[in-house]
Amino acid sequence: MVQEEARSLPLPPGPLMTKSESVLSPVRLSVRSPADEEGVHDSFQQLIAEHSDNGAASSALELQQLQSDLDEESRDNMPLSGPEHEHRRRQGASDLECDGGEMDPIQGEGWSSDTLKILSSMPSRTIGRNRGAIISQYCNKTLKLRRRRQTRPSIRDFSPSSRPSIRSYGMEGDTTDAEVSKRERLVNNLQNLPVSDRVRMLRGMPLSVAEKKEIRNLVMQKEKRILSNKKLSCCSQLKYYIIIAARKSWYSWLSFLHSLQPWQTLLKRVSGRFGTGVLSYFLFLKTLVFFNVFLFLVTGAFLVLPQAVHPPYRDTTSFSGLELLTGAGSFSHTVMYYGYYANYTLPRRSRDEGGGQNASTLTSDSQQFSYNMPLAYFFTIGMAFFITCIILVYSMSKTFGRSFRINKSNSILTMKTFSCWDFKVIKKKSVQIMSENIGTQLKELLAELTQKHTKSTFCKRFCRLMVHGVAWTICIASTTGCMAGVYYFSEFIHKDLQQNHRNLYVNPLMKEAKLLSLPTVVSVINLLLPALFNLVGWMETYESPSVFAYVAIGRNLMLKMSMLGILCFHWLGRVAPEYKSIGLTCWEDFVGQELYRFLLMDFIFTLLDTLFGELLWRLFSEKVLKRKRKPVFDIARNVLDLIYGQTLAWLGVLFSPVLPVVQILKLFLVFYIKMSSVMLNCQAPRKPYRASQMTTIFITLLCIPSLLGASVCVTYTMWSITPSTSCGPFRTLDTMFKAGKHWMEILEKDNPSLSVLSKAHTYFVENPFFLFVGAGIFLIVIYFHSQVVDGQRKIISLLQDQIQNEGEDKKFLINRLQSVHKQKQDAGKRLKSQDSTC
Amino acid sequence: MGNKQTTFTEEQLEAYQDCTFFTRKEILRLHARYRELAPHLVPLDYTNNPDIKVPMTLIVTMPELKENPFRERIVETFSEDGQGNLSFSDFIDMFSALCEASPRELKTIYAFKIYDFNRDNFICKEDLEKTLNKLTKGELTPEEVTLVCDKAIEEADLDGDNKLSFADFENMISKAPDFLRYRHLFGYVFIF
Repeated sequence: MVQEEARSLPLPPGPLMTKSESVLSPVRLSVRSPADEEGVHDSFQQLIAEHSDNGAASSALELQQLQSDLDEESRDNMPLSGPEHEHRRRQGASDLECDGGEMDPIQGEGWSSDTLKILSSMPSRTIGRNRGAIISQYCNKTLKLRRRRQTRPSIRDFSPSSRPSIRSYGMEGDTTDAEVSKRERLVNNLQNLPVSDRVRMLRGMPLSVAEKKEIRNLVMQKEKRILSNKKLSCCSQLKYYIIIAARKSWYSWLSFLHSLQPWQTLLKRVSGRFGTGVLSYFLFLKTLVFFNVFLFLVTGAFLVLPQAVHPPYRDTTSFSGLELLTGAGSFSHTVMYYGYYANYTLPRRSRDEGGGQNASTLTSDSQQFSYNMPLAYFFTIGMAFFITCIILVYSMSKTFGRSFRINKSNSILTMKTFSCWDFKVIKKKSVQIMSENIGTQLKELLAELTQKHTKSTFCKRFCRLMVHGVAWTICIASTTGCMAGVYYFSEFIHKDLQQNHRNLYVNPLMKEAKLLSLPTVVSVINLLLPALFNLVGWMETYESPSVFAYVAIGRNLMLKMSMLGILCFHWLGRVAPEYKSIGLTCWEDFVGQELYRFLLMDFIFTLLDTLFGELLWRLFSEKVLKRKRKPVFDIARNVLDLIYGQTLAWLGVLFSPVLPVVQILKLFLVFYIKMSSVMLNCQAPRKPYRASQMTTIFITLLCIPSLLGASVCVTYTMWSITPSTSCGPFRTLDTMFKAGKHWMEILEKDNPSLSVLSKAHTYFVENPFFLFVGAGIFLIVIYFHSQVVDGQRKIISLLQDQIQNEGEDKKFLINRLQSVHKQKQDAGKRLKSQDSTC
Repeated sequence: MGNKQTTFTEEQLEAYQDCTFFTRKEILRLHARYRELAPHLVPLDYTNNPDIKVPMTLIVTMPELKENPFRERIVETFSEDGQGNLSFSDFIDMFSALCEASPRELKTIYAFKIYDFNRDNFICKEDLEKTLNKLTKGELTPEEVTLVCDKAIEEADLDGDNKLSFADFENMISKAPDFLRYRHLFGYVFIF
């Protein structure tokens, strides 16, 4: 942005002079390079041309001399730095003194009319305003784009006058109908651009639609004329029609895509009532849905579908209804869980299996394609995680770039004034709240600016620190307490299972229902502790609301992550090694079922929270407390709930490939429930909400603790936990990771020529050295990126200095112009008085 | 279908599509909404480009604009005659420039125009005062308003002429991450 500006900012003295020179002394014309002129605005030229017309020939000569003098100086002092600048200034002044001109008096006081004219036509003041300026600006833009694209149409397609040439720069503006010629050139340039670029340019032009249409018509006419002149060959005519048809179908495709986007209407209604803050929650939810759809497409195509086509055995457990809650029972032996998947190569019977991943299709039978299930399982899960990670990191970097610009601005007040109004809000009451908010914020900012930091007393600070300390202690203690509680409770459940599995008299339904206790306990904790944190938060006073929000997020995150950590320990450290002692044949199935139960419980408690926390609380406060205020939608907490659910889903993909579907269904329901609850019960948030920064933080949280944690767990499971010996695709292997090695061995046995591949596998995949090298390269890339950003920052500060300097130059030049006029005026008066005395 | 065909010719629709950020459906929808504002004035048939303008008083009753503190300025900025009377072209122009798809550059230009109340190509103190008063609806005292104006100009003025030129404005806006986010005035136009 800044560079852009530096380019468009007015007149470094150098180019200005060379420009004027082009009018006044044509001899030098040949010396100039076209690059000098590009940034210059023609209005100067015009003005100076007027000057020379106005005055007598002598004055023009004088001006010319003056200009050339100036020009020499400016060329000598091209790099703008302090002392030279000063020097030029002085010299310029002395020039002025010796120059005396004879010219007609120019009317006006203060700034002369010409000075004003120049001022008003400077690029900085005409960008986006003056029609001529816009057209010439876009003319340059299109030209640049065309050069970059190296467009196809060769030069002979144009009429000679429309060919781009260096000469035309010198000529522009000499004529009085400059705008017309500029427009013509713009039309030419546009016509030579490819269609998509042309449309983009047209759309981006700050002209009214009527004018754009006119330009477009001109372009179209021209194109037609050229086409008809050229006597199209059949082939290119066909091409032309194909292009037109393609464009039409593109448009209809676009409008179709537009109509596909889900929830458009609802989202817009929410943003109209609550602004960008609440909207960001729903957008986040939508992003999560997309992640899960992606995950499901991958697992569905490469795991579920091939296995569903080849069912290994039929297990008929009757459906009791409790399965929906526990995920066990008749669900256990279906494609839902890991244990159902085969450990052999699926024979080729239908077409589905043929088109697997490259890695997973193999030719071990050498006559036909077949589907190696263990390998497919391994690579599908691995690739799904990898691609999700890449997408997340990419979107993270994008939002980072958007919300934390390279240079922080120091003009907070101006920014507040111009960009704090949330234009999306259109509800009357919300608008009222927003005005009040902006008022208070501005007042606070003013207070801050006027009195800066008032040193608070030691006692006060100590008290505040104490309060913070107490608050943090309460939070950490309660979190630790809950962690310990969950730890011992899960141990108790585990022991209970160990004792009971031999006991045949226990009702199996009861047994399954018992499994629901752990998820319920965890969900209750997840529901109640954030409320406690909120209470503690009221006790504290924070200077800025953003710090308050960050602290709240940090505490909630701490709780959720520690819960998940304990659970992972329970599953991977306790259940997995001794699964036989609790009567399981397949611990992976059990973990998958547990995760299903957790997801479901999370959903049920979200429902309860919405019902009690929002609906009933609203009714209570309206009917009983007679308060007019509705509860405020707590964005941070709700987003963290979503992140928690997503972590569960990611953890569970390995054990239950269909889990993303459950998560998608859950998210859909949550969307509609939260949407109606927000509409019904909540009011616009009172606190200012930095939507773009918060979105960045949420995406980061989704990436760093959530996805990273899940993938660490999954990798650990694959790497070093022995899978169940009687079920699942990896039943004969020591670890899941061995699947690749196993396959390599088979491959080597089948055709020995491929032994290089297996050696490569041993060296590259199993050797940790290459892992380190990869990590090292990654770190180096990050380092380089940060260096580049640093460099950009430096360049920006340099450019800002330059802008300031050029602003001074501008002032100096204008003063200069003004004094030249004055002198001429005086000289004219003198002349007149001489005449009259004569 | 026949209904849609008679509103615009194929060529007109294509021209609108090329010059705005809207799809064919949206353009027809916009026309319907334009017509809703003044059914007796605006014909259904636009194939011969009738020269009809809807006055500002009707335009600002649209739900998108009704509560916006800058509604009059927005409408004025986009009207060809500067009085706030919008022809259909101006109308569609307004929606296109402020919709979600339009680039930051374009929005910055129009935002500058909107904030420039006295149309002198600068945002000077008067403009800022008006902006503030509209934003806060009288929450600030006059002294506070002047103070904020002084400070704001001091902060954002790069070339030291005590008013904000477009270059200053653009520079300032480029550093505000929320600017773009908040400026999709008409993103949701098609529901209400």
